[in-house]
Amino acid sequence: MSLLEVRGLAVEFDTAEGPVRAVRGIDFTVERGRTLGIVGESGSGKSVTSLAVMGLHRGAAVTGSVRFDGTELIGAPEESVRRLRGRRIAMVFQDALTALHPYFTIGDQIAEAYREHHGGSRKAARARAVEVLGDVGIPDPARRAREHPHQFSGGMRQRAMIALALSCEPDLIIADEPTTALDVTVQAQVLDLLAGQQQARGLGLVLITHDLGVIARIADEVLVMYGGSAAEQAPADRLFTAPRHPYTRGLLDSLPRLDAPEGEPLRAIPGSPPSPLAPPPGCAFHPRCAVYAEHGSPLCTADRPLLRLVAEGHRNACALDEVTTG
Amino acid sequence: MTGFLLRRLLGIAGTLLVICALTFAVFYLLPSDPAAQFCGKDCSADRIVMVRQQMGLDDPLIVQFGRYVLGIFAGQTLGSGQYAVHCGFPCFGYSFQSGQPVWDLMLDRLPASASLALGAAVLWLLLGLSAGLLSALRRNTWVDRTVMVATIGIAALPVYFTAMLLLYVVVTVLGLMPYPRYIAFGEDPVGWIRNLILPWITLALTFAAIYARMTRNSVIETMAEPYVRTARAKGLRERRVVGRHGLRPALTPVATMLGMDLGGLLAGALITESLFSLPGVGKLFADSLNKADQPVIMGITLLASFFIVTSNLVVDLVYAWIDPRARLT
Repeated sequence: MSLLEVRGLAVEFDTAEGPVRAVRGIDFTVERGRTLGIVGESGSGKSVTSLAVMGLHRGAAVTGSVRFDGTELIGAPEESVRRLRGRRIAMVFQDALTALHPYFTIGDQIAEAYREHHGGSRKAARARAVEVLGDVGIPDPARRAREHPHQFSGGMRQRAMIALALSCEPDLIIADEPTTALDVTVQAQVLDLLAGQQQARGLGLVLITHDLGVIARIADEVLVMYGGSAAEQAPADRLFTAPRHPYTRGLLDSLPRLDAPEGEPLRAIPGSPPSPLAPPPGCAFHPRCAVYAEHGSPLCTADRPLLRLVAEGHRNACALDEVTTG
Repeated sequence: MTGFLLRRLLGIAGTLLVICALTFAVFYLLPSDPAAQFCGKDCSADRIVMVRQQMGLDDPLIVQFGRYVLGIFAGQTLGSGQYAVHCGFPCFGYSFQSGQPVWDLMLDRLPASASLALGAAVLWLLLGLSAGLLSALRRNTWVDRTVMVATIGIAALPVYFTAMLLLYVVVTVLGLMPYPRYIAFGEDPVGWIRNLILPWITLALTFAAIYARMTRNSVIETMAEPYVRTARAKGLRERRVVGRHGLRPALTPVATMLGMDLGGLLAGALITESLFSLPGVGKLFADSLNKADQPVIMGITLLASFFIVTSNLVVDLVYAWIDPRARLT
């Protein structure tokens, strides 16, 4: 049994301008000890997906199936999902400065989560907080536990956020852009910390990012999202060596390369992400797609392409898959 | 921290001095003659001249002002010879009307004003915070809309209308209580409450409406903060998420506003006190204005300014205590 099995997950919410289908039916699986990277631009539905898995997307209609360790979470009573949150599924948010409470000390915030799920004395919870702060490499954790988030540096704050997630020994961690707010050098440290803890504890990890470099560093599997749907899904090494979807190729092509000839401009995917209010018909990517521009097919504008198996463990949602690979 | 306090206290002293000077100047520009005021109706021209001399009104304005300010701290002796009267610290002079020391007059009236302000504050906090919180947590439901429409209506009610309506319905039509008159708390606590309840409601309603709207907005804003989402992601119960993580930051601006409002009201709610004939500082001020009783008006203006600037400082200190990010510099 997989740790997390998501099938046909869709999230729709009402806005003043009309209903928005932020996620339009995606599937993925996370195994214990493995890392799934979800990559996509802002607005591709990756953060909404993570909140929907946690049952934290308030005011949105979530359909489909999210099975955690065999238990269905969609439609489950709020109280039973709440007991899983923090305890078995923990989240690491993007900007720890706003995600941690400014009024309470770091130690308090970790101890609070621990006591909620494990009970016990305040003292034991404090001790646990200091212990995990030490685990994530915060020097002098007993003293730092008594400080407030604004007294931490960005990297230390994100470590504290990870300590908070680890404090209850969860089985799954969902990290939503955990390194985006950090300096590049600190990014690497925090990623290594996250990957190290994941390995050491045998956790399932869902890593949401727009940064392919981050994916390359620690993901086992990758799900590329575009316009609320899955564009391509593959093992990480395959995705980087043999990408199939024109969007994935565009993303990889737009990575800056040190070995590029001097004077060559950075490449970008033309156009901008689709409006969630009025997505284009058919494949959401076709207005920006180089393959469509060249080999334009009515298939691309007729129906939303479904993921099809193109190689072992490799799925691609492109009507022109044969063209691209042929 | 010490430096902060010192700077702020100096600032307060400066502010009060400026207010004092402005008030002083305003009275100097007024056409009424304090000496004639003090002397009374059947006063001969000679006697007015004598009073002017006694009161030091012939001295240059700056000297009079200096004497006034110094008098507050050191006391002063008015007049000379057999007419000399010593006015001890803190000396705000004597009322032209009653001849009583202004300080004693104000001290006398302070309990009624404080009773009105504090009681009303308790009432408007209870009403405003609960209505605002309810509205925020039931956002965009009929509960929220009802509360919001009601608060607009209530906030628009003039105090004298509310007071008259309450008096008419409660006292005249229903006969639930006799016309309220102020009874000191020390004398009869139950009577104190019974007689103040209508003034409290009158004063609290408008504030409650404003506080409800402010609380609602503040709670809605705070509940959308990432740290509230984190609290939920930790698996905390919703009650705790709202009560501990959401409400505390949401109430910080409310606490700030409360400090300012209370500071302003301690020196008297002019209209409410007058409407209910409460012997408060506000009523004293209204009466003194009618009679151009300069020393009393000066005294109350300073007292009110003192309360306002002090409550400002208290608000800053409380804020720093609630929010660890606030630095006292």
